[in-house]
Amino acid sequence: MRHETIRHLKDRTTTALFVLPALIIFLFYFVYPIPTAAFYSFFKWDGLGDRVFIGFRNWGELFQDGFFWGAFLNNIKLLVLAVIIQLSIAMLLALFITGGTGRVRGIMRSFFIIPLMLSSVAVGLLWSHIYEFDYGILNTLLRTIGLEGLRRDWLGDPNLAIYSGIVATAWRHLPFFMILFQAAIVGIPVPLYESADVEGASAFQKFRYVTFPLIMPTLVNALILITIGSLKYFDIIFALTQGGPYNSSNLMAIYLYKKAFGQFRMGYGSAIATALFLIVFIVVVTIVRSLRRLQRRVAFE
Amino acid sequence: MKNLGKAIVFTLAVIWLVIDVYPLIFMVFVSMKSSKEYLSESIWALPDAFDLTNYVEVMKSGFYIYYLNSVFIVAISIVVLILAATMASYAFGKLRFKMNAPLYTLFMAGMMIPVHVTLIPIFRITNLIGLYNTRIGLVGPYVAFGLPVSIFLLTTFMAQVPNELEEAAIIDGANKWQRFAKIAVPISIPAINSVMIYNIVHYWNEFVYALILINDPDKRNVNLGLWAFYGDHQVDVPNVLAALALSVLPLIVTYIFLQQKIVKGMIAGSVKE
Repeated sequence: MRHETIRHLKDRTTTALFVLPALIIFLFYFVYPIPTAAFYSFFKWDGLGDRVFIGFRNWGELFQDGFFWGAFLNNIKLLVLAVIIQLSIAMLLALFITGGTGRVRGIMRSFFIIPLMLSSVAVGLLWSHIYEFDYGILNTLLRTIGLEGLRRDWLGDPNLAIYSGIVATAWRHLPFFMILFQAAIVGIPVPLYESADVEGASAFQKFRYVTFPLIMPTLVNALILITIGSLKYFDIIFALTQGGPYNSSNLMAIYLYKKAFGQFRMGYGSAIATALFLIVFIVVVTIVRSLRRLQRRVAFE
Repeated sequence: MKNLGKAIVFTLAVIWLVIDVYPLIFMVFVSMKSSKEYLSESIWALPDAFDLTNYVEVMKSGFYIYYLNSVFIVAISIVVLILAATMASYAFGKLRFKMNAPLYTLFMAGMMIPVHVTLIPIFRITNLIGLYNTRIGLVGPYVAFGLPVSIFLLTTFMAQVPNELEEAAIIDGANKWQRFAKIAVPISIPAINSVMIYNIVHYWNEFVYALILINDPDKRNVNLGLWAFYGDHQVDVPNVLAALALSVLPLIVTYIFLQQKIVKGMIAGSVKE
């Protein structure tokens, strides 16, 4: 009996050793920082010197900070437009790739995926050459085809900058959804299409009644990924506009970075970080959960 | 009617192909022009000659150091990540213990959390443990943020492996470590490959942690180096585009050779198997 207990104990220690390295790193760099950010949000602090406790002052400021809410609104714009632009183009391309077996389609697919290999910084900087006013690709193209009147200061106009950023973001990220959709379409059993053919279904009807319902779970999955991804987004829009001009293209994460590491207001930055965490958390437990339920239901049907 | 639909889809796909590829062609062409050539000729013009002067200049200015730094940081992060994630996944997928489900859920929750929430505390922690402005200082955050998706993939894979092999090994008297090293790891090689590819792409392209944790020019990774290069040379467009091309080249070349594997790895974390 005693012998058993000792063996059992030794057994448990080794199990712990398997999980421990990952757990320590994860707790230290991922879990601990979250309550810590919430804690810092009650201080005035430049990141290096002493912290001064100021109660809810950062939070009071945050609620009245038009730039923060402007950034929040930009996250929502990104979310809505990412869903519309990325999912529709990705679906179209996926249908194109899976629409035949020719070599051309395969080669085109290889090219479609290339933006996924570029870093966000590279994409942001590359698109700065597209949007540049005098020598940029877009304005030059408009001039070349005689639409000079449509030329804009794509990055310099506060009304346009966020949308310019959203388009660049879509360019980089939509191939990912194309691959997801392609994998889902390829997984649909061929006999389903054959029986649709027998019944004389048109290409559109086949999409509407066979493809679409069967890739619905993947579509919902993509929706969840875009929702969470858009709310916490930072990279390409930061590289392209740094949230400017005049804070017009901030996202919450960009504004957080600028306050914390541009102005060294770490306490206020922590309040933004905590708000960002809470917003994503609320969205995950409400919208994402109901989407998951929807996903299970359509998958079941 | 059917052909019309097909023609429309084909046309749209070709238009997208142009939007997709032209910026990269533009990058390569302009990077071979001289500054004078760029300013005096149309942007559509081909470069006068196949001229790599800009590339040589960019490399000479220290860009190669950024490559070495990136390779160093990515390599160490990947080794630590794969070790930690494979071990933990073996426990989650194959071993019974009380904290299995709660700990697994904790890691999975990490997939939802915005990494930027952690920036300020990680800046603070890194300063406190003396790793600010060191390349090694990036490894901790990189590994932490690679863990959730890696553990998800590896645990799912290991849980699907039939138990017979392990049971036979237990009868032969193999302990957990032997079963882990001799059975679980070799069987999981395909999943480990996907996890490696997924994370190498993300680590190579990472920017924001390098931005807040690295200060010295000679410790920058490729993206931070590119960012700084743009800050310093913005007016010389052909030159910055050469730097841009150099920064994206390694992954694009890898992609050309390992397309199938990379595509599989990129979406591995998002498809339910």
